[in-house]
Amino acid sequence: MENLLLQALNGLASASSLFLVASGLTVIFGVTRIVNFAHGSLYMLGAYLAFTIVTNLPRGHAGFWGGVVLAALAVGAIGALLEMLLLRRIYRAPELFQLLATFGVVLVVQDVALLIWGAQDLLGPRAPGLRGSVELLGLRFPLYELVLIGIGPVVLGLLLLLFKRTRWGTLVRAATQDREMVGALGVNQRWLFTSVFFLGSALAGLAGALQLPRESVNLHMDLATITEVFVVVVVGGLGSLPGAALAALLIGEIHAFGILVFPKITLVLVFLVMAVVLVVRPRGLFGKAQMAQAAVASVAEPVLGRAPAQLKWLGFLALVVAVAAPPFLAGDYALIVLTDMAIAVLFAASLHFIMGPGGMASFGHAAYFGIGAYGAALLTKWFAAPMVPALLAAPFCAGLAGVLFGFFCVRLSGVYSAMLTLAFAQIAWSVAFQWVEVTGGDNGVLGVWPDPWATKLNFYWLALGCSVFGTLALRRIALSPFGYALRAQRDNALRAEAIGINGFEIRWVAFVLAAGFAGVAGGLFAFAKGSVFPTALDIPRSVDALLMVLLGGVQTLAGPLLGALAFTGLHEQLVRATDYWRLVLGSVILLLVLAFPQGLAGAVRQWWDSRRRA
Amino acid sequence: MVGMGIGRRAILGGAAVLAAPRLGNAQAGEPLKIGEINSYTAQPAFLQPYRQAWTLALEQVNAAGGIHGRPLTTIHRDDAGKPEDAVRHAGELVTSEKVVLLAGGFLSNVGLALGDYAAQNKKLFVASEPLTDAIVWSKGNRYTFRLRASTYMQCAMLVEEAAKLPAKKWALVAPNYEYGQSAVRWFKELLKAARPDVEFVAEQFPALGRIDAGATVQALAASNPEAIFNVTFGADLTNFVRQGATRGLFERRAVVSLLTGEPEYLDPLGDEAPEGWIVTGYPHDQINTPAHTAFRDAYRRKYSDYPRLGSVVGYDTVQAIAALLRRANTTDTEKLVDTMRGLQFASVLGEVTFRALDHQSTMGAYVGKTALRAGRGVMVDWRYADGSKYLPSDAVVRTLRPAG
Amino acid sequence: MQRYTLEAQGIQKSFGGVRAVDQVSFGVRPGEMLALIGPNGAGKSTCFNLLNGHLRPDAGQVKLLGQDITGLAPRRVWKRGVGRTFQITATFGSMTVRENVQLALQSHRGELARIWSPAWRLRGGQADTLLERVGLAGQARRPCSVLAYGDLKRVELAIALSNNPRLLLMDEPTAGMAPQDRVGLMALVAEIARERGMSVLFTEHDMDVVFGHADRVLVLDRGRLIAEGTPDEVRGNALVQEVYLGSGFEPEPAEEPVEC
Repeated sequence: MENLLLQALNGLASASSLFLVASGLTVIFGVTRIVNFAHGSLYMLGAYLAFTIVTNLPRGHAGFWGGVVLAALAVGAIGALLEMLLLRRIYRAPELFQLLATFGVVLVVQDVALLIWGAQDLLGPRAPGLRGSVELLGLRFPLYELVLIGIGPVVLGLLLLLFKRTRWGTLVRAATQDREMVGALGVNQRWLFTSVFFLGSALAGLAGALQLPRESVNLHMDLATITEVFVVVVVGGLGSLPGAALAALLIGEIHAFGILVFPKITLVLVFLVMAVVLVVRPRGLFGKAQMAQAAVASVAEPVLGRAPAQLKWLGFLALVVAVAAPPFLAGDYALIVLTDMAIAVLFAASLHFIMGPGGMASFGHAAYFGIGAYGAALLTKWFAAPMVPALLAAPFCAGLAGVLFGFFCVRLSGVYSAMLTLAFAQIAWSVAFQWVEVTGGDNGVLGVWPDPWATKLNFYWLALGCSVFGTLALRRIALSPFGYALRAQRDNALRAEAIGINGFEIRWVAFVLAAGFAGVAGGLFAFAKGSVFPTALDIPRSVDALLMVLLGGVQTLAGPLLGALAFTGLHEQLVRATDYWRLVLGSVILLLVLAFPQGLAGAVRQWWDSRRRA
Repeated sequence: MVGMGIGRRAILGGAAVLAAPRLGNAQAGEPLKIGEINSYTAQPAFLQPYRQAWTLALEQVNAAGGIHGRPLTTIHRDDAGKPEDAVRHAGELVTSEKVVLLAGGFLSNVGLALGDYAAQNKKLFVASEPLTDAIVWSKGNRYTFRLRASTYMQCAMLVEEAAKLPAKKWALVAPNYEYGQSAVRWFKELLKAARPDVEFVAEQFPALGRIDAGATVQALAASNPEAIFNVTFGADLTNFVRQGATRGLFERRAVVSLLTGEPEYLDPLGDEAPEGWIVTGYPHDQINTPAHTAFRDAYRRKYSDYPRLGSVVGYDTVQAIAALLRRANTTDTEKLVDTMRGLQFASVLGEVTFRALDHQSTMGAYVGKTALRAGRGVMVDWRYADGSKYLPSDAVVRTLRPAG
Repeated sequence: MQRYTLEAQGIQKSFGGVRAVDQVSFGVRPGEMLALIGPNGAGKSTCFNLLNGHLRPDAGQVKLLGQDITGLAPRRVWKRGVGRTFQITATFGSMTVRENVQLALQSHRGELARIWSPAWRLRGGQADTLLERVGLAGQARRPCSVLAYGDLKRVELAIALSNNPRLLLMDEPTAGMAPQDRVGLMALVAEIARERGMSVLFTEHDMDVVFGHADRVLVLDRGRLIAEGTPDEVRGNALVQEVYLGSGFEPEPAEEPVEC
């Protein structure tokens, strides 16, 4: 009994930390509708800055708490700077495009932190006077954790006061509920956004700084935090502070008690909870209907059309070169890279199909890639299937998963739907990770090499063929009546329903199709690499797909093609060229984001149109 | 010495040597390339010291005349912790850069992916770090060798000590992935064999890098064990130690802990390093064998820092490869593999052999206790546990290694 | 021949205890233009949404050509032959005018499951015919997102006509249009309705439009039907006059601001 009570206290301490980070994220999302992937990086910066400041200030209460506050303010300033220099310039970009920019920031911060603070984990000083523990019910409980339990509710109270009692707070609330209204009120929207970014970032920094006495400061804090915090924000309902508080409490306690009951599935428990919450309450615990959409394009989606003749010829020419040149020009390694690119293009195109024409973002598209890869690999391993049948099975495995997961995901909208796809992807990942007897766990499935006839060149042609056929098929589907219906439900759900379109069915079928094509890419991937690991369906792979689509541009069918080629090409070159490839890649992404807010394909298209008009 | 080596090979090798590309002679002066792949951006804390020592060893080898007159060079690649990227780099290094052999790997899955690549493409792979037993046993293959003492070996070393403890009720905590699970499995199996009277009262598997330390400590304490076996490391270990110490988990309890004596994991704990834990590790400042002193001094001169265990692994991987190339005097993979089987070389920790039986090296580890000296954790009462003594019998190994 | 194309029988809807629509019964006769009017908050929109399937009535029945369609989803109502336009125009911005109409025609023919045939090849001619009929032949290739508001209304009309509806539901068809365009649009609707023998039920603020084009008028106030008859009968109805004057509204209220 005592143990259970103390475990509940442990849950409260975690919940309190979680809430601090989540509150910043949810406030930022509420006002700006930006899915801020860099929030975890701000949290990490808070911890590092606090370490530097506190260890350089005199010991004692003033030194410690002053350092914590200074670190929080510094991170707030960094956040405000980010908003002014970067995000402000791309508010008018299409939905989720800002996510790409914030991901660039994540990459840059990872290397900058490594350069400044070094690779070794740093153990910060403990809070003065709070090193010890108190006796509770005959068991010891750290004093600092008790303080932390208190800080969460205090911050929640202060924030609520700030939002209820001040003019600024009223504006924030108004903006959270209705952005148009703020514009109508004639409020200086820029100033409001910057200040909100300052507050949200400072909260993340504060949370990071407060970890100093609890945990070591290390370079993995950013990504370890960000997914969990997104779970909290989404479970609570986007933009809702009380929701974030309740969800943090829920997740914190689930962690604490989960390890008593299911010590091996703590990894996935929070995602299971999120999936259940979202299936039952599609907008989280306290979410409002209109909050579902992330920053929405203020410009109408452009018309998809048949490609101009010149572009068709260009594409055809590129294809001829891609087919005919490698035997003469490319070495084995070039073939490997080209194969990787072909696979990436198909994977990105499959995600684009639901994101672009379908209007459904997915943060978990790797699930179908990975299930395709595992399907093919496991058939080879357990049933000694040759390559071609295994490859044929891949889209069916992925498609089946799409049928199941899609049924739930396509009922939701916007970020909620995207987060539910993430939840399912994490569940699939944990199956691959934990079902060691079948999947080999994190040691993966080895020995999935192509049949003897599939030399590197033949396999490249096979991958290219699948990729070209897949992307052209997706394009053809997008331009079929079904594809038009898909876009119709995205453009205007009411109108679509009013002309007899069943939005749910259309989205579901599109989801399954996208899953199937991702599965083809995954199957090819398994044989290209010769092995499959849970990394085939982990979050970074989902993020890669998202980055490729966003980089290329959501609004054009050629977007994923350009995005995948640019992203894999850049990554491949930079990793070989420099140890600080994350810094360079992140910076390049930021530059591209600022230069081409409609994505690469969008920029090409704009250039093309302006030339034709001239 | 060099000339003798060539002569001996020429006589012994006969026709096969004629077909194999030989070092020296024709290509004299042209560098011998090693392809090295590791998770540099994902695991910098362990891999920066590793890479520094690698560079040091390479310089020393080349200063001493290289391999039969040819300098040794390395092309490093960062896999960012992704096996599929490691495989792609391997493809580049083998087909474009024409490296003689592959080396590296920190994460077990990266090591396994590279081992599988090596088997498929018939290229030698010297796995330096990955601890997984699978890389030489269940997934072992002709082309893969591993330097560092494996999970099994290090568990066996600790079980030897654990069995001497009076404790009967054990709780276990390990990161939730293959390394943690295997460590727990071996520890239980071996300890039960040595001490049939022990029982295991609790097991915790926090997610790697994401430990909820307070709750985990509480859960372990609730089972009221007499001793604890810990496999967590890195940030998880730091948080576990802090919470455990504050809550008194380690008081009046023996703790046996894998890898915790390594400076990579002990040093970040600073003055909060636990005392009296039985650990495997690397007491870098106390090993005063001539080989180690020379290594430590050279490392300190070059980097103004003390070596970590990663440094030893990086340094010795180069030494092993250099010894292999000198001995084999060829770049032919099959010949290299044959030479590697049973290859003996002078590691900074002592003589080490790559066993022909399972391609595992006999590099050992230091077993001792942790203590606090001058505000930082150190190892005391340590001894070097020779790896060859902590491996199963040859008959057992053969059943564990289907590849033969 | 049914007596009514559409018949509402005692339909009722409350929101949080407030009766938005209270025991309303009426019928739309074949081929007639029936206007539904009333001051703001009278329940016109709710009533409309009960008919088109957007809301499910708490009580009462909606019958289309004698068949019960109460509570059917809007898309099913559409499939039974009801066309519909929105108060704020709803078209597909990423498509051209022609594609908008083509898609509605394809949906009507059950062709949306065809995922392998190019959409532009299907129903193009029919779309052109419809667009010509509503006077948009020249705009067919332009994206809907760049069209003038009045033209968008016509696109909506063409879309609504694409399932050969027996009944056209128009929610504030002329809202947001310039006065001179309103008459043109309603004249067109009336003409098409006559040609096709189609009934039209519309809500409207502009009394010129109502009295100029409706065959009959229904007046709703606070959820109740308070008058029903020819325009002249309704105009002379004392209760109607009181509702409009009493609530401070002129029978011809100023044009509402429309967001577009």
